[in-house]
Amino acid sequence: MMDDFFVRALLAGVGVAVIAGPFGCFIVWRRLAYFGDTIAHASLLGIAFALLIESNVTLTVFVVSATIAVALLLLMKYSIASADSLLGLLSHSALALGLVVLAFISWLRIDLMSFLFGDILAVSETDIFTIYIGGLALLGILAFIWRSLFAGTVNFELAEAEGMNPSHSYIIFIILMAAVISIAIKIVGVLLITALLIIPATTARRFVAGPEKMALMASFIGACSIVGGLFSSLAWDTPSGPSIVVIAFTFFLLSNLPIARSLFSRNSKPNIIDGE
Amino acid sequence: MTSINTEPLTTLSNAGIYRSNRWLVRGIDMVVEPGEIVTLIGPNGSGKTTTAKLALGILKPDEGTVFQNKKIKVGYVPQAFNVDWTLPLNVSRFMRLTNRISQKQANDALAMTEVIHLRDSELHALSGGELRRVLIARAIAFKPSLIVLDEPVQGIDFNGGIAIYELIKEIRNELKPGILLISHDLHVVMAATDRIICLNGHICCSGTPSMVASNSAYQKLFGANATSTLAVYEHSHDHTHLADGRVRHADGSVTDHCHPDDGHHEEQYFKENDLYSSTIKHEPQNDG
Repeated sequence: MMDDFFVRALLAGVGVAVIAGPFGCFIVWRRLAYFGDTIAHASLLGIAFALLIESNVTLTVFVVSATIAVALLLLMKYSIASADSLLGLLSHSALALGLVVLAFISWLRIDLMSFLFGDILAVSETDIFTIYIGGLALLGILAFIWRSLFAGTVNFELAEAEGMNPSHSYIIFIILMAAVISIAIKIVGVLLITALLIIPATTARRFVAGPEKMALMASFIGACSIVGGLFSSLAWDTPSGPSIVVIAFTFFLLSNLPIARSLFSRNSKPNIIDGE
Repeated sequence: MTSINTEPLTTLSNAGIYRSNRWLVRGIDMVVEPGEIVTLIGPNGSGKTTTAKLALGILKPDEGTVFQNKKIKVGYVPQAFNVDWTLPLNVSRFMRLTNRISQKQANDALAMTEVIHLRDSELHALSGGELRRVLIARAIAFKPSLIVLDEPVQGIDFNGGIAIYELIKEIRNELKPGILLISHDLHVVMAATDRIICLNGHICCSGTPSMVASNSAYQKLFGANATSTLAVYEHSHDHTHLADGRVRHADGSVTDHCHPDDGHHEEQYFKENDLYSSTIKHEPQNDG
């Protein structure tokens, strides 16, 4: 039968993928891929900080990345530089800064690769507990702000005019996103987290008609990528995080093949009703 | 039918918006009451959309006050509306974007704007005119007390446009919402509105359609098009907008902007005159 560590990895991975699905959809809809990347890279600073003060890694990463995310929002609102170049600048600076700070912690033997690409096979029972309880809370809050957040995504001013308070729900979403990233770090690492968020959501877009369905589909495709990635990692002795992303990418490529399109063409083309 | 609230839906007093070192609009006094159609007209850049956003509470005034009745439901048709391919959103789901409505309410509204056949289409696949009709349907479906329509018939063919304005009038008569309309289509607007406010960074003139049509400020803004609409009345105008954006007043002075309180204006009061009367009374402004 399967080893314990492998079962734990499956449980943790599927949990993270299910959480990442709906969040990934909003990241795709609002074009926040680069923003997510920046927060993920900045979370390396959080890891360094957690090691320095010997605190809980997930919690510290969350606090650090949420702070950076909100600061980024403010900076993008009031800065004269374009959002794109600002994110490009900060994304890589944060990564570099995290690596430099980690290098200073010379008294600890740090496996840098596990932070950068994830270490899903070292998942503990506490980690699984964190993922499922934390994930449930995150999805609950997301469901609560869903209507307002989605309306603001479709058209910000329309949502605001009709009494939805979209800027409020947007800030909550950004903080939740930082939380998702801090939970997912262990699974795929800071460099590949955005891939786990975006690739399943983009793939799901091909198959569905409604936003809620797309969120469920993204969770499902993400979970399949985790399972596929872990088994191929086991079979060919490849690193688990990158294997998961490669499988997710393979699903994306397959979804673009003509055969996949024709299977679901009803949803990807506008419907034409008789009598037109 | 439920009883009609008689409180004003939105009230702007001397409201102004200042951006990038200039006043986009200034000195706007405007009230929208339940059951009336108020139309904002004016050339490009005259602040029509800005004024509507002030009335909606999307923009906060840099000067003056805006009071919005918070208890009411608002329906908004924005001027710019794009939906990206990445958003899987069909018309039915879009109808329920901000308010929970029944399938029947959604279908009724879509039928009114003649796009019921597009119910299952994705938003990004609609043509410009179809999208406007869907936007209007969505904004009226949940029966709001205030409806703000920014260029509702943009991209809709001429006859379709007339039908939409008829529909707007019908809705006003049935449900008695206050309607704030922004439009370029002078001819049609004149027939479908109770009150017109003519903007050019400030309120140039306002009143019933026939009064505004006759106003020389309006005629200057809209040129030959306006004169052909209805040119019954005449009156002297107290200021001219120069090409560089400054304003020459009747007393010969030139200022950067004009707004009602700068002492250069004679406030114009319009009263419902006999159609064949050839003058409009000018009452001196009461400063203070």
